[in-house]
Amino acid sequence: MATFHIFRFDPTKDKTIRFDRFEVPDKKGLTVLDGLYYILENLDGSLAFRSSCRAGVCGSCAMHINGQYRLSCTTSVKPLGKNVTIRPLAHLPVLKDLVVDLTNFFRHYEKIKPYLITNDQPPKKEFIQQPAQRKKIESLIDCILCGACYGSCPVAAGEPNYLGPHALLKAARFIFDSRDTNDRERINLINHNLGVFRCHTIFNCQQVCPKKIDPSEAIARMKMKTVWSKLRGFFGS
Amino acid sequence: MHKCNVLVVGGGLAGLQAAIDAKEAGMDVIVISKLHPIRSHSGAAQGGVNASLANNPAGKDDNAERHAFDTIKGSDYLADQDAVEIMTAAAPGLIYQLEHWGCPFSRSEDGRIAQRPFGGAGFPRTCFGADKTGHYILQTLYEQVVKNNIQILSEWMVVSLIVDEGVCHGVVALDMQTGRLETIEAQAIIMATGGGGRMYGRSSNAFTSTGLGMALAYWAGAPLKDMEFVQFHPTTIIGKNILMTEGCRGEGGHLVNKNKERFMQKYAPSKMELAPRDIVSRSIQTEINEGRGFSDPVSGGFVHLDIRHLGSAKIKERLPGVRDICLDFLGLDPIDEPIPIQPGQHYTMGGIDTNKDAATEVKGLYAAGECACVSVHGANRLGGNSLLETLVFGRRAGQSAAKYVAGLSDRIFTKNTLADAHKRQEFRLNKLCRQSGTKNPYQIRDELNLTLDDKVGIYRTEADMKKALTKVKKLKQQFEKIKPAGTDTRLNYNLIWILELEGNLDVAEVLVKGALARQESRGSHSRLDFTKRDDGNWLKHTIGKSSKEGAVLSYRPAKITKYQPQERKY
Repeated sequence: MATFHIFRFDPTKDKTIRFDRFEVPDKKGLTVLDGLYYILENLDGSLAFRSSCRAGVCGSCAMHINGQYRLSCTTSVKPLGKNVTIRPLAHLPVLKDLVVDLTNFFRHYEKIKPYLITNDQPPKKEFIQQPAQRKKIESLIDCILCGACYGSCPVAAGEPNYLGPHALLKAARFIFDSRDTNDRERINLINHNLGVFRCHTIFNCQQVCPKKIDPSEAIARMKMKTVWSKLRGFFGS
Repeated sequence: MHKCNVLVVGGGLAGLQAAIDAKEAGMDVIVISKLHPIRSHSGAAQGGVNASLANNPAGKDDNAERHAFDTIKGSDYLADQDAVEIMTAAAPGLIYQLEHWGCPFSRSEDGRIAQRPFGGAGFPRTCFGADKTGHYILQTLYEQVVKNNIQILSEWMVVSLIVDEGVCHGVVALDMQTGRLETIEAQAIIMATGGGGRMYGRSSNAFTSTGLGMALAYWAGAPLKDMEFVQFHPTTIIGKNILMTEGCRGEGGHLVNKNKERFMQKYAPSKMELAPRDIVSRSIQTEINEGRGFSDPVSGGFVHLDIRHLGSAKIKERLPGVRDICLDFLGLDPIDEPIPIQPGQHYTMGGIDTNKDAATEVKGLYAAGECACVSVHGANRLGGNSLLETLVFGRRAGQSAAKYVAGLSDRIFTKNTLADAHKRQEFRLNKLCRQSGTKNPYQIRDELNLTLDDKVGIYRTEADMKKALTKVKKLKQQFEKIKPAGTDTRLNYNLIWILELEGNLDVAEVLVKGALARQESRGSHSRLDFTKRDDGNWLKHTIGKSSKEGAVLSYRPAKITKYQPQERKY
């Protein structure tokens, strides 16, 4: 048996939050998501949580589990011990139990113009991109927008208008893509006190990312690029 | 009340492509999805997407016609050949478009899109981004949806299509976050809701791939086609049945039994591990059934997928996602150990009956992607053709729907049609939330899963399928007496799973009936009591239509253009 302690709150009914306790029978390979389904199907049909692929690729089920933001579907219960404590993603309004409102999260994403911008007419076939150029974005393109980094970011906690690691990572994905040709506009979108310079390099995002992406490193690279582009402007070249 | 010209139901690849094209054609478009589009199961596609770009030196003679031939042969000649020709001819253009939109395909040394070999294909034709192709394409299309400012209703679950005298006028949907039923008026509807893998227990599909979209169309009067053709993917990990891409074998991986034999030598000596999926799955199942597999007390029989000889560097570059899945769910590293795999339900070849313009029998109702059946996959889909289908027929659905709307004159229904539909759904939801039943819905689902796994799996017999049909009918009766979902409809996941289950049961009935009736073996439909393909009697599509007495079957000949059926050898 594992004991699940789950954050419960329905803002339309409840005045305060509470933690409900459920006993979940152990079985080989039991994940936290398996446990949540066991509870929904057998113990409490009113429990609300998101999930879909159960394989770590859709990004639905990021939550705070025993002190860390992670995907419930790829988190095994066994290494967590007898007690599993689950809270929703932080810095976002709770809609019900473990389901949060991601509107603000996606609004930030939209602000950085999350699509390729090219000034040139595309070729008849593909853009030629050398493997070495592709390599430059390899560590930036696997983001599943699960929100674990955002939930773990203390800057996002204090400033809801901060773009956040997820949106800045998306910006980096285009800035460092050899096919994207609008550097000046891109940099203007992130070069402000709610953009890259708001990041205080606390590195939580790097620690929690279930896809092993390092948004802080990408943000640091963009800060450098932003500074260089300013200097270039200053010296008029 | 929301209103639009074209409503796209589903936010995966087919839905987003359809939305982009309908918008491009000047339509006012809404995408409605029970998941945020970025969560769609398209994102789990690993191996790649086929197009005869001829980028790989070994594929320099490839072209659309060869791609069409491989697809038709792979389909065991049940695919409609005119539709396949359309698909393979459109493929390169759609891949270049994705690339121009920023899709990060893996590259060959000369900087062009890399292509890898895949099952049943004469040339290395599968474009890919490592083993995360679906993820990259889904992100790219979603980026274009944001760019084009297309409205999205996220976490809205369609519960009914509104059809009046054979014409579709909109949907009734549950806004999951508010718990309210809403009516959306639309002149055309495009279903792009994905497959129905979760009718089965051992499935590689997401929990949300239940086939509800197929049921919605079926209830609205659009027939389902060829539902008996269910793809079992040869390589899903034991236990959770998560996919190990065909790319593992495309990159050179081996299938090995407990005697350390590469057993595909016996079944497909020329293509070996890269024979089409139906053949490889049957071969694995035969090895297991005849005692040459391994066995796990909980997960059942399995064999090994061995990629160790590819080496650490290649595995990390080309198959990083596969490695992560093995580490997360099996606790093993495929660089050091073989992967225990078994066949699992993977893809629904059948679906909502559409023509090559993605139109259904119901006016104004279109369908594309896995929920639809054009048919381009026939009795067995080739790996890399499903992503292609979503793009090609997503686009055609978007364009056809736009053309239909542009040609409409005045509205031809009264306001009551919408209000009545809304009232009926309110009554239905109210009943599901408050009725005095006792049957556990999850138990019904588990029994359905077990029944299909055991009795309508890789090898089928009349006796088994008769039992399955009886069981499905019994489960449908039990559904009438299920324990209510609770009265609060807001983020009520119990209610949501019950709504999914209702669709599951009806689609499963069409599947089992179709399988029982088809007295031959073709592609994925493999009968121990009718072991040969029978072109004289069965070179035709199964059409399942809803009636008061359940599904009623009829048939329609497969379209042949220039490829006459031959014996299928690899």
